Amino acid sequence: MTQVLNAENLTRYYKVSRGAFAEAATLKAVDGVSFTLERGKTLAVVGESGCGKSTLARLVTMIEQPTSGALSIVGENVVGASSETMRSLRPKVQMVFQNPYGSLNPRQTIGSILEEPLLVNTKLAKSERTERARAMMANVGLRPEHYDRYPHMFSGGQRQRIAIARALMLDPDILVLDEPVSALDISIQAQVLNLLAEIQEKHNLAFLFISHDLSVVQHIANDVMVMYLGRVVEHAPRDVLFRTPQHPYTKALLSATPTPDPARRKERIVLKGELPSPLKPPTGCTFHPRCPIAFDKCPRENPELKLRGATKAACHALDV
Amino acid sequence: MTAAAQPETHLQKPPTRFGEFWNYYSESRGAVAGLIVFVLLVLMAICAPLLAPHLPDQQYRDAFLTPPIWAADGKSDFILGTDAVGRDILSRLIYGARFSLLMGAMVVVFAMAGGVVLGLLAGYFGGWVDSLIMRIMDIILAFPSLLLALVLVAILGPGLVNAMLAIALVYQPHFARLTRSAVLTEKNRDYVTAAKVIGAGHLRLMLATILPNCFGPLIVQATMSFSNAILDAAALGFLGLGAQPPTPEWGTMLASAREFILRAPWVVTIPGLAILVTVLAINLMGDGLRDALDPRLRKS
Repeated sequence: MTQVLNAENLTRYYKVSRGAFAEAATLKAVDGVSFTLERGKTLAVVGESGCGKSTLARLVTMIEQPTSGALSIVGENVVGASSETMRSLRPKVQMVFQNPYGSLNPRQTIGSILEEPLLVNTKLAKSERTERARAMMANVGLRPEHYDRYPHMFSGGQRQRIAIARALMLDPDILVLDEPVSALDISIQAQVLNLLAEIQEKHNLAFLFISHDLSVVQHIANDVMVMYLGRVVEHAPRDVLFRTPQHPYTKALLSATPTPDPARRKERIVLKGELPSPLKPPTGCTFHPRCPIAFDKCPRENPELKLRGATKAACHALDV
Repeated sequence: MTAAAQPETHLQKPPTRFGEFWNYYSESRGAVAGLIVFVLLVLMAICAPLLAPHLPDQQYRDAFLTPPIWAADGKSDFILGTDAVGRDILSRLIYGARFSLLMGAMVVVFAMAGGVVLGLLAGYFGGWVDSLIMRIMDIILAFPSLLLALVLVAILGPGLVNAMLAIALVYQPHFARLTRSAVLTEKNRDYVTAAKVIGAGHLRLMLATILPNCFGPLIVQATMSFSNAILDAAALGFLGLGAQPPTPEWGTMLASAREFILRAPWVVTIPGLAILVTVLAINLMGDGLRDALDPRLRKS
């Protein structure tokens, strides 16, 4: 079985209180997202800040329960699962965070950070935990003497290696990478991305790679999902998406990525306005106020995500 | 990607956490002086039987209200003089340090234990748990602290242990509030989420993940409370509700010498000075700790 995660119509709404007298507003952080993850493959999720990428990560890592929809991990249903099932599923999905300075407990040594997952989830003896932690450190390119050191003694790139090592300690099936390289220097980014690729191949992992950096996505992803205000606007294999983007939002995103080749430099599509408040999303297609090709149907009806060739896209303009 | 890809960058060992802390702490001379005085006081309390020239309760019937040695009619036997019933003040002070320091330490331990647990629960769980705990703490805070301690001692009955409990209860809300606010800032940090992803339970998250990161401000509050507790204990002792005579507690010593303040000023002054020096030393230490532990106050 290559499919390790299946999400259908996943939603996550938040109630936002607006003071004592106003009615609580509903924030649709993730609104009807469907996708699958396969072993050895990377699905990249791209979009602006506030489009629901990180909420999606919190749903997949089971930190939060979806409001509605179905989510199954290695064939087990997550929504409404018993706490025992949850406990057995937790090790299957691990996560690497964006900020390597915040994601490691400053009061723990590297050794105890790496051993904690084993301590919580397994009944291994102390010596065995140490042995595995040390083996993992070698795996991600950390030296043995780092074992007793604290996170503040490391550089960003090294810390991200530690975070990756921690995520691998439980031998997961899925790795959620929440902008794992965006806090790092370009040169370190490449090292960490190579490490991730190596690990993916070795452990046959499924990656959910969240990013706003399209050049990184182009480097690592198999499939790309573009999100806007909690919805998927386009979902396609990487090469298809980068060569022939369908949705106007995807086109705008791609045109904003700098290309080193001046001959290939395309005209930049500049979007008007700002990302609307997710508390008050526009009617119909949520992208229409900023869309360069919006027409009369757009503010009225919400376009569905339809398969066209290899690409799934949600846009009325593609129907005409 | 192997270790060879990263060249050895630091041959020198990076400074340890304590080393770094000491660098900042020792920058302030007052803090170091406070620490030295405090350590001496602790040593004095521990070695009281070795240091004190007399027993604290022994009365010398031939030497009531002897002035200190530097006065014209002082006796070399009684360096700081004697009190109204002929007890050596220096010996009583040395033994009294035990009570005062123990009192401060126990108050801090009790107040901190209670306050940290309550603050941790309130901050971690939030919602109604938070409201309930914090409103109770607010009610305790609404009373003037010494007055509340007085009432509690009046209910529990006077005595050193009861005074200790009363002061601890009065100080507890400070620790609870501080812990709660620290927990609130820490609990949304990524490393806590990371621990959740690993599958850590509530207890582990609270005690092993979050709590150790909240200790900075708590240590500072503990030192400050330590000196306040000594002061409050002395005040309760002075009012006759703390340690009971003949315990050589500093506040009690002050109270029993009150009537001789004109005839024999040293009997009142010297215990008062002891309290002053102790509290000052601990406060200086606390200031130093706060500066050293709070990165915002560090000079870069």
